[in-house]
Amino acid sequence: MQVPILKQGHVLIATIQAALSDADLLELRSALVHQVVRYRSEGVIVDVTAMDVMDSFASRTLLEISHMIRLRGADTVIVGIQPDVAFAMVQLGLTLEDIPTALDLEEGLAYLQHRSKTIN
Amino acid sequence: MSEGTQILVTSDRDVVTARQQGRALALQAGFSDSEATLIATAISELARNIVSYARQGTVTFKSLNGHKGAVGLKIVAADSGPGIADVSQALRDGFSSSGGLGLGLPGVKRLMDEFDIASRVGSGTTVTVTKWRT
Repeated sequence: MQVPILKQGHVLIATIQAALSDADLLELRSALVHQVVRYRSEGVIVDVTAMDVMDSFASRTLLEISHMIRLRGADTVIVGIQPDVAFAMVQLGLTLEDIPTALDLEEGLAYLQHRSKTIN
Repeated sequence: MSEGTQILVTSDRDVVTARQQGRALALQAGFSDSEATLIATAISELARNIVSYARQGTVTFKSLNGHKGAVGLKIVAADSGPGIADVSQALRDGFSSSGGLGLGLPGVKRLMDEFDIASRVGSGTTVTVTKWRT
């Protein structure tokens, strides 16, 4: 199950569309890191609205994605964590630490725009 | 379903299959979406432990009928892997033998209502968890 990555201006948008296996998540990590370099992107949005479960592996991989992308000077925002999924994550003791999250794609884009305005 | 549905877990794909099957059975048994997500998350952790540490094993689901009409779902994750040397340590938050986030067992325990683990070094691990419908 490949995750489509859309380039919109200086932002890459990865929309997860179905349950992902560990291998799919690692593939997404590598694809995003490569494309951020290739397109000189300033921001990445990972839309997890369709994710059925966010377990320890998925959380850890999203953290790694965000940290790797930060080393390239770009920001990552996770959008669309469903309420039930958030509840399960908290029970499991998972956090996304310092990765910014937003309600949906629109708010995620607004966050990145605000960031780049503040920096420039 | 009282006979139990069993899934053979040998790869990360099977982790997804196991949690999806668990969610479907939970919803079928009348659990809410939210409870079904808790159950699916617990299964994901348990099934991944099988793949990561034992390479293969099984996840078995069994519906339960307790007293006073209580309905539950029991999940047994069993493997014949290396086993856990210090179970009480593995049940402590923050402990990991593989440098990751740990076995996630304390988290799984919080997600479910009942939790039991039997492990012997060299002969494998069996984790049994149950969630009761509220």
